[in-house]
Amino acid sequence: MATRHSRGIARIMITPAVIVLLGWMLVPLVMTLWFSFHDYRPQRGIYECCVGFENYARFLGSSSFLKAVFTTLIMLGGSLGITVIGGIFLAILLNQPIWGQGIVRVLVIAPFFVMPTVSALVWKNMMMDPVNGILAHVWAAFGAEPVSWLTDVPLFSIIMIVSWQWLPFATLILLTAIQSLDSEQLEAAEMDGAGPVPRFVSIILPHLARAITVVILIETIFLLSIFAEIFVTTQGGLGTKTLTYLIYERVMESQNVGLGSAGGILAVILANIIAIFLMRIVGKNLDR
Amino acid sequence: MARAISTRSKITFTAVAWLIGLLIFFPILWTMLTSFKTEAQAIADPPVVFGFDWTLENYCTVGFRPNLYFFDFNEFCEGAPRSEYMRFLWNSVAIAVGSTLLGIVIAVPAAWAMAFVPGRRTKDILLWMLSTKMLPAVGVLYPINLIFVEADLLDTHFGLIVVMTLINLPIIVWMLYTYFREIPGEILEAARMDGAGMGQEIFYVLAPMAVPGIASTILLNIILAWNEAFWTLNLTTFDAAPLTQFIAGYSSPEGNFFAKLSAASTAAIAPILVLGWFSQKQLVRGLTFGAVK
Repeated sequence: MATRHSRGIARIMITPAVIVLLGWMLVPLVMTLWFSFHDYRPQRGIYECCVGFENYARFLGSSSFLKAVFTTLIMLGGSLGITVIGGIFLAILLNQPIWGQGIVRVLVIAPFFVMPTVSALVWKNMMMDPVNGILAHVWAAFGAEPVSWLTDVPLFSIIMIVSWQWLPFATLILLTAIQSLDSEQLEAAEMDGAGPVPRFVSIILPHLARAITVVILIETIFLLSIFAEIFVTTQGGLGTKTLTYLIYERVMESQNVGLGSAGGILAVILANIIAIFLMRIVGKNLDR
Repeated sequence: MARAISTRSKITFTAVAWLIGLLIFFPILWTMLTSFKTEAQAIADPPVVFGFDWTLENYCTVGFRPNLYFFDFNEFCEGAPRSEYMRFLWNSVAIAVGSTLLGIVIAVPAAWAMAFVPGRRTKDILLWMLSTKMLPAVGVLYPINLIFVEADLLDTHFGLIVVMTLINLPIIVWMLYTYFREIPGEILEAARMDGAGMGQEIFYVLAPMAVPGIASTILLNIILAWNEAFWTLNLTTFDAAPLTQFIAGYSSPEGNFFAKLSAASTAAIAPILVLGWFSQKQLVRGLTFGAVK
């Protein structure tokens, strides 16, 4: 059916999308790469070419880099752990026959549609405020000393906020996956006397394996570039400076563009390593 | 055949599910409630749940003052607003809708061609497009900022619409592609047998089948663009600043501001919460790139 003529037209139809994306990807990336080999500090009027890998060495060698990587990993690991485990639990729960299932699902999904600046500020003030926040009232009701969340346990607080935002995403995807599970298989296992735990471990979990992988990969990509949640709460202080935020500070606040650009290139490489795994899974699915 | 479920276990599951659902929704619910309180009631100890005097004062203060020709919200308000919600709302709408429509115009032909005339490299192109979405934004922040300064695009609708189009284009192409691919190719041959020409084919046969997919794609992308908070925070200050920036303006506490913050937050998320509830299915498709069905 696809004649040479229609192939030609198809190529023309694809071209605009490819060109704009190619430009969007290459132009700024090449600029960042270019700056990363310069000593470029615009506020002091310094723009000197070709310092080799000095920026990379300084970025990688600084103590703030190691700290930022550590912070990023904790934030990533914590949020992934909470959302994936919580998501599996919620997906199984929502897959049970319950009254008002549609409404519960809507309640659970809602946080995903809240813009990052709002969810961060709502949590910071309405929930986590040490005097007027709801958590402070709950703590007081149990006779405990209210916690000053964002100053005492800032990283944990941000993990909570981020997890609240991403739990719906994990739940929704895992629920979609669980719904495609053949219920006869579960029934057969039940008839053979398998309890809930063996049924979960040997039927449900393997069935969800791919969906879980997809959730982890996609969340990783989005969580690595978390910005607004930190921007409106701790501004990167109190040990919440992730790699993204560190680069942002280097580039926009201290205006050391060369150094920040080196960091940017490193972040791109890191993201690409994760992206490759995601691509494999998505690519496999395309063939079917 | 459905499994016989005992009523007792159904009651248990229902109770647990509702409890957790309400717990997760609670921060939003509480914010919505607080937005109708006075500042004094908002910080009352113990907290007031329902027994307070409902007021629209905070909505007035944050500038939520829609003026429709049959109804003017200003009638409830006294004095000047503290911030201009309506401006930011308009900027959000302009950027979200503008970038989505521009993206659709570029993406429909591309997705169409890849779905109906797949070539050897279609798969590679699709995956490459997806990979551009995964570039960390902070890596290209300075160059984009520089280009925006040089081209005088900072804080303009046009600049923001272009950037938002570009960051969401891969998702738009992907979603459309997965929808278009489900349209059976045989239907074209049938139409052709009946003597339909190329134009008629597209207009009468394919377009009606493609419309639902395009509509879903538009819906999801308006939501994504509405909530985007990296480029909007970094590339706007006032003139083209959308609601993400409006809320960031409330990030430093100032006296009693809980009720005002709540009203601002509610007003910023309400439009998209409503849209979001219609888009649950598309969300899975759009954000997993067809990897989970």
